[in-house]
Amino acid sequence: MTALLDVRDLQVEFRTREGVAKAVNGVSYDVAAGETLAVLGESGSGKSVTAQAVMGILDSPPGFVTGGEVVFQGEDLLKLGREARRKVRGERMAMIFQDALSSLNPVLTVGFQLGEMFRVHRGASRAEAKARSIELMERVRIPAARERVNDYPHQFSGGMRQRIMIAMALALGPELIIADEPTTALDVTVQAQVMDLLAELREETGMGLILITHDLGVVADVADKIAVMYAGRIMETAPVHDLYKAPAHPYTRGLLDSIPRLDQKGQELSAIRGTPPSLLAIPPGCPFNPRCPRAQDVCRTDRPPLYEVTDDAGRPLAGRGSACHFWKDQLHDRP
Amino acid sequence: MPERYEEKQRADIGTQEAEALPGSDVLQAEAGGLAGTDQPARSLWSDAWQDLRRNPVFVIAGLLILFLIFISLWPSVVATGSPYNCDIANRNLGAESGHPFGFDSQGCDVYNRTVYGARASLTVCTLATLGAAVLGTVLGGLAGYFGGWGDAVLSRITEVFFGIPILLGGLVFLSVIKSGSVWPVIGLIVLLGWPQVARIARGSVITAKQNDYVQAARTLGASTGRIMLRHVLPNAIAPIIVVATIALGTYVALEATLSFLGVGLKPPTISWGSEISTASQQIRNAPHALLWPAGALSLTVLAFIMLGDAVRDALDPKLR
Amino acid sequence: MGRYVIRRLLQMIPVFIGTTFLIFFMVYALGDPVTAMFGDRAPDPATAAQIRRDLNLDKPLWQQYVLYMGNIFTGDFGRAFNGQPVLDLMRSAWPITVRLALLAVLFEMIIGVTLGVVSGLKRGRAVDTGVLFATLVVISIPTFVTGYVLQYLLGVKWGWVTPAVSSGAPWDELILPAVVLALVSLAYTTRLTRTSVAENARADYVRTAVAKGLPRRRITVRHLLRNSLIPVVTFLGIDIGNLMGGAIVTERIFNIQGVGYQLWQGVLRQNAPTVVGFVTVLVIVYLLANLVVDMLYAVLDPRIRYA
Repeated sequence: MTALLDVRDLQVEFRTREGVAKAVNGVSYDVAAGETLAVLGESGSGKSVTAQAVMGILDSPPGFVTGGEVVFQGEDLLKLGREARRKVRGERMAMIFQDALSSLNPVLTVGFQLGEMFRVHRGASRAEAKARSIELMERVRIPAARERVNDYPHQFSGGMRQRIMIAMALALGPELIIADEPTTALDVTVQAQVMDLLAELREETGMGLILITHDLGVVADVADKIAVMYAGRIMETAPVHDLYKAPAHPYTRGLLDSIPRLDQKGQELSAIRGTPPSLLAIPPGCPFNPRCPRAQDVCRTDRPPLYEVTDDAGRPLAGRGSACHFWKDQLHDRP
Repeated sequence: MPERYEEKQRADIGTQEAEALPGSDVLQAEAGGLAGTDQPARSLWSDAWQDLRRNPVFVIAGLLILFLIFISLWPSVVATGSPYNCDIANRNLGAESGHPFGFDSQGCDVYNRTVYGARASLTVCTLATLGAAVLGTVLGGLAGYFGGWGDAVLSRITEVFFGIPILLGGLVFLSVIKSGSVWPVIGLIVLLGWPQVARIARGSVITAKQNDYVQAARTLGASTGRIMLRHVLPNAIAPIIVVATIALGTYVALEATLSFLGVGLKPPTISWGSEISTASQQIRNAPHALLWPAGALSLTVLAFIMLGDAVRDALDPKLR
Repeated sequence: MGRYVIRRLLQMIPVFIGTTFLIFFMVYALGDPVTAMFGDRAPDPATAAQIRRDLNLDKPLWQQYVLYMGNIFTGDFGRAFNGQPVLDLMRSAWPITVRLALLAVLFEMIIGVTLGVVSGLKRGRAVDTGVLFATLVVISIPTFVTGYVLQYLLGVKWGWVTPAVSSGAPWDELILPAVVLALVSLAYTTRLTRTSVAENARADYVRTAVAKGLPRRRITVRHLLRNSLIPVVTFLGIDIGNLMGGAIVTERIFNIQGVGYQLWQGVLRQNAPTVVGFVTVLVIVYLLANLVVDMLYAVLDPRIRYA
């Protein structure tokens, strides 16, 4: 399976008065058509910044891509000119944001905002754009689409607004959708509906999906594989079930241990101690070392590369990698 | 998307200064408020002061204002002689040695008149701002805190005062007072200026009193007076200080405009506004007599407006 | 919307009464219009008493006010002390001031908004710093200073314009006075626009528009400006009312026989009927401007709903 999107060694920094914040430090991941990659991480781990760099919507200044490649359907997007890059957005890759209320323009009707995609990218007429907007709204199952096409975003409920965001992303049938915490702002019951809709649409269209989230629970049902990020780096990559079964990085372990589980009632939840590092001063060695229960001297001096994770016989486990010197111990849960 | 902002903030603010993050201010204030020991919003003030000290606009404005305060307290130190020492023989003469700004139409030394004019401007603007701020805070604060019919009445009164453009009200009011000293001018500005402060004070008191720590203090049985002074006021005062600081500059200009229109300060009080008004009749022959006091006036307003801008930026980063 | 307008109009009544009564009180109770009529001469007591009776000045203040307002709503604004009906003064003065204020608002709209948009989009760059500094300077110079300096430079020294406006106040002669009148508000318009544009430029919906692959120009015009200009429009609306009041200074400097000029003359001569009459109309204009602004707000921002 050739990758639809292949991000290689991406570097992003924010140049501010206080100094240079290294938000993304050599991130690589790939997504194939029809596949869902979940990018997992805390706030400030660089997961959203990576996505913005891929989309080409980084606020610049202060944000700058300083290295790496974003290969999309065999073409490095970072080498494209501004206008060519713009035409990729919306048409071939689209993005869904967390807070649909603030991400939709409050003073324009949803019909206008949906129809705009067809008007700008396809040169559609006003009437045609409207008809397509109604179709889209029906496709994401917004009731009474025909009547509601002229409503404003604030007149919809949170879940419906997020559906509109999804419809907008789907509009031109992109090959890739990046969803940045698409359900975080929603009620739990609505979260499931929106996630199901996304999964269903991916199934239907065969597009690639990058799902950015900090919620391990959301990931399990939808994603095929997971990339765990911390301080602008990939800590671990794995197929989703392997990761849950046997994480190969202490940070992933910590994340898993901090979710409450129904089958382990009465046990104390463990939190990862400490706080993520400032991006202005990322510790030398492994960025996670100040918080890591397994940290040794080597972790404070040598930065671990993304090791290939193998089974006991030394055969590589498909899709697995870990940026931990002691991934073996972690994989087998040895002290 | 909170993550993006957090990343930016972390980048903006720098290392481990968790207390510098907005939001944690509130946490600290809450903690302080509950304990009732510390000045609740201390971190806001020390942050603001840190900001101000490093802001060149504030430093320049501050130095200018200190200088203005100095010459209004001790004008004779800077002046070369009495501003009332005029000789009609010198009428409209240009600059000469010992008289750097020349003479006006009465033959008075423009430099000395300008130096002595600072006092009236500063007296009026500081006292008027103080008066309007105190009156506005007390009335607006009480209305916001207690609500009810008092609040309704105050809101209507505020609207009535907003219905009168301040310059117009000043013109009518002062024309019947006819005193020419600083007091009626100050009184008028307080009278027409307090509603603006009251409106802000009312709003921020309402916001402050809904904070959890105020509710907590009430549950713990703190007296109304104590809640107002210890918990509500310190958290509501920042926007009031911002409006008041900005008002300083506008009041300097207002006093000058009223004096210029002939209803504000009158001789023997020396005011830049009336100096400019007198000089305007001779503008063809002696433009310098107009330009120097006008320059001094503008510089003073500029200093106060810069101060207001800097204070606002420091106390309310959202407004930037 | 209709019900909202009616409610607002009803709410205006107490404000209108309060405001006009305050002015009425200042003029008639604090001052002494009859003494003022005679200027420096001591009035003959019998004549003075007669005038007081004729003008209802012997009645209690509230009664005077009620009688006065009653007359106003039948179109009778009384007579100035020289016998000229106040309504005549208004007929000649209002059109001039309205022209002046319109020109001023036009300058604010064109120059102020343009500068604000440019500097808001180029936040932190040299253009932005320059504009910001310029507005600071402009705000700091009181209107009467700019008025005289510009009149002196352009009118007297360089002779580009006529320094005083002729009695008909044609549009072209009003350009300089309108600039002077507009200048401070223009600077505020610029700053407000800049803040609003800069704030909205960082808004999530602008990022969405970029992610949709819209051309930059469309993002700026259709998405960014549409939102940023809402507060600016409301500011301009309210400012029309303020400009009418601010015309007092400008009209005095340029000798324009408009509302401000008449008011100033009326105040100086304590010509009570003129002052109260003009102020009453000004208050109405101001209140209506506020109402229009609120309704405009609802049109521009669909999120605003009126109950």
